Amino acid sequence: MSATVTAEKEAGRDRRTDWKLLYRKYGIVLIFFAIIIISALLNSNFLEPQNLMNIVRQNAVIAILACAQTILIVSGMIDLSAGFVLALAGCLACGVMVNTGSVSAALFTGIAVGGLCGWLNGFLITRFSLQPFIATLAMANVANGITQVYTGGSAISGIKELKYVGQGMVGPIPLPIIIMLFIVLLTWFIMKHTKFGLYIYAIGGNEKATIASGVHVNRTKRLIFLLSGLFVGLAGVVLMARLNSGQPSVGVGKEFDAITAAVVGGTSFNGGIGNVFGTLVGALIVGMINNILNLMNVSTQYQLIIKGLLIAGAVIIDIRTKSAKS
Amino acid sequence: MRTRESRDILLAMEGITKSFSGVKVLDGVSLQLKKGSVHALVGENGAGKSTLMKILTGMYDDYQGTITLEGKPIRFPDERAALNAGISIVAQELTPIPDLTIAENIFIGREPTTRFKGIISRKKLYEQTRELINKLGLAYDPHTKMRELSVAETQMVEIIKAISRDSRLIVMDEPTSALTEAETHYLFGQIEQLRDQGIAIVFISHKFDEIFRICDEVTVLRDGKFIGSQPIGELDQDKIVTMMVGRQISDIYPPLLPPGDPVVFEANGLTRAGEFKDVSFRIRKGEIVGVSGIMGAGRTEVARAIFGLDRLDAGEIKLAGEKLKIRTPRDAIRKGIAMVSEDRKQLGLVLVRSIKDNIALPNMDRFARGWVIKRGKLREEAKQISAKLSVKASSLDIEAGNLSGGNQQKVVLAKWLVRSLKLLILDEPTRGIDVGAKTEIYRLIRDLASEGLPILMISSELPEVIGMSHRVLVMAEGRIQGELPREQATQENIMQLIVAAAKEH
Repeated sequence: MSATVTAEKEAGRDRRTDWKLLYRKYGIVLIFFAIIIISALLNSNFLEPQNLMNIVRQNAVIAILACAQTILIVSGMIDLSAGFVLALAGCLACGVMVNTGSVSAALFTGIAVGGLCGWLNGFLITRFSLQPFIATLAMANVANGITQVYTGGSAISGIKELKYVGQGMVGPIPLPIIIMLFIVLLTWFIMKHTKFGLYIYAIGGNEKATIASGVHVNRTKRLIFLLSGLFVGLAGVVLMARLNSGQPSVGVGKEFDAITAAVVGGTSFNGGIGNVFGTLVGALIVGMINNILNLMNVSTQYQLIIKGLLIAGAVIIDIRTKSAKS
Repeated sequence: MRTRESRDILLAMEGITKSFSGVKVLDGVSLQLKKGSVHALVGENGAGKSTLMKILTGMYDDYQGTITLEGKPIRFPDERAALNAGISIVAQELTPIPDLTIAENIFIGREPTTRFKGIISRKKLYEQTRELINKLGLAYDPHTKMRELSVAETQMVEIIKAISRDSRLIVMDEPTSALTEAETHYLFGQIEQLRDQGIAIVFISHKFDEIFRICDEVTVLRDGKFIGSQPIGELDQDKIVTMMVGRQISDIYPPLLPPGDPVVFEANGLTRAGEFKDVSFRIRKGEIVGVSGIMGAGRTEVARAIFGLDRLDAGEIKLAGEKLKIRTPRDAIRKGIAMVSEDRKQLGLVLVRSIKDNIALPNMDRFARGWVIKRGKLREEAKQISAKLSVKASSLDIEAGNLSGGNQQKVVLAKWLVRSLKLLILDEPTRGIDVGAKTEIYRLIRDLASEGLPILMISSELPEVIGMSHRVLVMAEGRIQGELPREQATQENIMQLIVAAAKEH
């Protein structure tokens, strides 16, 4: 963090640019607080600690998935298979749990399956020059098919202790939130402080220049997909554990929720720009919007419409503030 | 010849000032354009010509100063407004849509419709295009796809497009840079026609012979400032150069030390099918070898192959006596070879990332322990190298894309110079850079050579090759046509070698 402090000190010499920089950098945080204030005014229950805790807990899985998408989008790629891979990994983990009774074996299976699917995505993309969009679309179908075959379309119940991964508490804090924070911090550390992180940004910013700088771009891309796949697998286990069973169809559309969180959080689809704290804020913004609409008894159909408009609005504001240069 | 009364003035820009991130790129610039006159806008790269033209054509609207069109103050909020006022630009970098036809490209965004609004009348579209083409005495088929046209033809289509908009003012940004002599001659015929019709033309060019052939007036910019505006009759080439550069040419190129004796780099019979053939040369310790030639001679391709961006079909490379097998840039970099590309934005920098990140990118072997970046060391060394190269930026965390061309190039150099190099390849090292930064880069190149680094410098600017090389290789048609020692490296000798190669074919 010391680097950031120095940077701000340096930028601080010019008072005007300082404000603009602040605005550009933290515009999404302003929107975040604005939504909190508006929600609190709309419904007095919103600020109840239990409610706030619920929002975070319910969105922990999306936030983990969104960390995976952030890495991918920053490097100029995308994963459309995340939702189905999440279901596959989660269901296989539940199956292993039911058969072996071992939580660690189940966790390992879920994470490994996610990682394997991710790595395969990366392999297809780098070995055969497939677009990430296409390769992961193919993977989505395959993963969904395997999940349906494995589960026969019905939930896997009787997951015993595995449920604590999704329902356990560490003191007053739900375990999924702890896991989410761990993944967010891990992603932050990787993106900010490792050479792998530097390459993630560089590939998304300018792939050719990154190759010309001597970086193994293809190897890095495979690693990116592997890492994001591990996150997806973990998210799958956490979700199924929370739901108390392996649900084969629960992953549908989750990748878009994750992409939404990343984009609302300021990750640029042009690549090279974005950070995981923005993504976390983005996930929470989407979660809060869902929550306040629920509290106000808005029916789900209308919720979808309002959510869509709010997402577009948030991103427009973000883009506006970011392009407000000098 | 032409009267100088104010009613002849079509458009006047007064006191135009424009800044990017706090850096003034234009400072109180004026420009007066007369009807039926070709006005040369000259200045070194980075002098502010493009920015001034972008303001004129509505691409930037956050500037200070006034623009008056036929006496009325006007301000273009966007490019469309400028187009509607009759101001068109034929950009240097053309942006046709390759899969559309000539006609579709010319009328894009304002296609003629049938009685029903929104339905394109293809009949009218092609008829009107044919009329335009005929009017200019050209022989294109309006149905031809843009991708089938040469650069010169594409350029003509752009000009037709400008005319079709009933433009009163056409800006041509280095229109001849990709044209042959015959095509240039033809273009000038068209320009003269336009002038006779009372259209004002802004002609941006680096080529003095063209300026003296076609232009009526000259305005010179330097470092974002207005230096002077005079009728062409009162000027000669030396006067213009002095105005542009603000100093004598001899001050630009620093004196070189003689190179060392041992041959460090050796290329033997380098060949890549369709690009270059049997290219062999040597570079001594501390020697700067210039490579001259016209575009498409295969110079950049040779450099790319040595650096591992493309594969060689045949030939071998030796560095410090060791035979190298280079398959990727990574291999080249590990052996101490660095390349500064002619295309900074594509291959040199990640524009959306900071200066520091760009310097870090190829040097993770030095700035990381395992996977973790040594932030302190990186910051320290980035600071040092940026100071040494006098990169002008308020902080190393500024995006590379926000820097001027000269500063961007310094960052590219910085990212290589934190390593210990054995060979430095420079491809058009001063393209798009203002004269101040140019001089600094020349000094730096000289210093690197003095320290013993062998340097291969590709350049299309003859004065640069001549001023900065111990030895000049002349390439044409994918082969080295000849080699000139410093004493014999003159514009005439270089051109002779190029022309001789063209005649053989």
